Amino acid sequence: MSEKQQVLYDIPGPKAIRRDLWLNIIFTVVIVGAIVWFVIDAASRGLFNDRWQVLWAGDKGFSGLEVWERLLWDGLILGTMKAVVIAVPVVAVFALALTIARQAPTRWVRYPAYGFTHVFRGIPVLLIIYFGVLALDLEPLWAVVLGLVVYNTAVVAEILRAGIAALPSGQREAGLSIGLTPLQTMMRIQLPQAIRIMLPALISQIVVLLKDTSLGFIIGYVELLTVTKNLYNFFGNSSVVPLVLAAAVIYIGVNMAVSRLATWLEGRMRKTLPSGTAPKDTAPGLEAQAQAN
Amino acid sequence: MGALIENFDLLWRAFVTTLWIAFAAGVLSFIWGVLLAAFRVSPVGPLRVFSSAYVNIIRNTPLTLLFLFMLNAIPQLLGLVVPLGIPMAILSMSLYTATFVCEAIRSGINSVGVGQAEAARAVGLTFVQTLTNVVLPQAFRSVIPPLINVYIAHIKNTSVAAGFATTELVAIANRLSNGNPGDVVGIFAGVGIAYLIMTLPLSIAAENLESKVAVAR
Repeated sequence: MSEKQQVLYDIPGPKAIRRDLWLNIIFTVVIVGAIVWFVIDAASRGLFNDRWQVLWAGDKGFSGLEVWERLLWDGLILGTMKAVVIAVPVVAVFALALTIARQAPTRWVRYPAYGFTHVFRGIPVLLIIYFGVLALDLEPLWAVVLGLVVYNTAVVAEILRAGIAALPSGQREAGLSIGLTPLQTMMRIQLPQAIRIMLPALISQIVVLLKDTSLGFIIGYVELLTVTKNLYNFFGNSSVVPLVLAAAVIYIGVNMAVSRLATWLEGRMRKTLPSGTAPKDTAPGLEAQAQAN
Repeated sequence: MGALIENFDLLWRAFVTTLWIAFAAGVLSFIWGVLLAAFRVSPVGPLRVFSSAYVNIIRNTPLTLLFLFMLNAIPQLLGLVVPLGIPMAILSMSLYTATFVCEAIRSGINSVGVGQAEAARAVGLTFVQTLTNVVLPQAFRSVIPPLINVYIAHIKNTSVAAGFATTELVAIANRLSNGNPGDVVGIFAGVGIAYLIMTLPLSIAAENLESKVAVAR
């Protein structure tokens, strides 16, 4: 933020400082005013009555603890996280295989691998999930996993390809010249470095995968959103806002923790990366792409 | 495929619905995203705080939750009802995609070297001139490929509306499959192709532009 401002603006002089002060005051008033107006308006519709008690005292014979147990254990752990934990290792294996196939010397291997990445990056995960339900007759969990695996395999393979492309060509040449086969060079020289360079992008892809598990809600897979909806259908209309906000906080908390991990790793990487590899400049599209899905 | 050809008018209408949601929400999210990015680099503290809080919250929330929020929580929170179907899809997707637009633009502006703006100021250009003649034209190059990728994801994300009473492509694939159990594979292949018609040109364009930008550096 601060270095950004030095790009666009001169260091503010007395006039600019005064103007900025006024702008700050005006917009603080506007934003605080909007919040106050919203709170008063919401209060007039009884939003701050005892409905929030569902989150700690519970309702209808359920204790608050049991509500959170439903949300965190049944929803987050046994629903959302279960799909994530099954999908991630499968994606890792398939994506490695696909990356290697995309660099294969024979075009009969290379072209289908290329086609797979392009086709499955271009169709919605939900379509694949429905295909699993309707055509393959899968259970909701496995349909969700299928959708996540097919799509993320294509994306992760693309991330790894960009990582390999970012390596100095001398890495591959050195591998070949000491007598390794192309496959050995790929496995022992190129891929380990590519994974290291692309680790931040790979971790943000886990956030995407985690968010995509919520598509299971649409096909009736019991995950965090389904549990939330079941809970507020049970507790009645007044519990909708507290429960939906609780679910949002859980998602945001988990995703922010994962992103924080990515930032931390990125910081560590920058210190330890060999000079000559430039992870940031190589694939400007990928990080945005990874986060956008 | 047979069922698709028989029901081509249904498929076509669903295709147009998907395209319309993607287009309308695309335009709105672009405007809102540019505004958020401008807030983010502005000298006004409250706007910066608002923008970064908004982006961080919405970006980490699943789109499905945003739809659910619009459907069930907004009527109680704000006392207004967003019509279910296309309007809700357009609104939710605009709010969601804007955060990714904002991030793409912001990282694009950041990718322009500090020296460029300093040089522009040193030769006496004003703030607006610096921005429009020096920084933005350069930022544009590195913003376009990520932005295309954002919009590819945006087009695919319209499918979430299928779960919220909108008859777009995925919903029609679902409905036709239930009516023609023998032709499920063909129907899904056809609908998949319909999506690829929208996304593949964009992803190829992004790839070509990316290599061009890389060469230009």
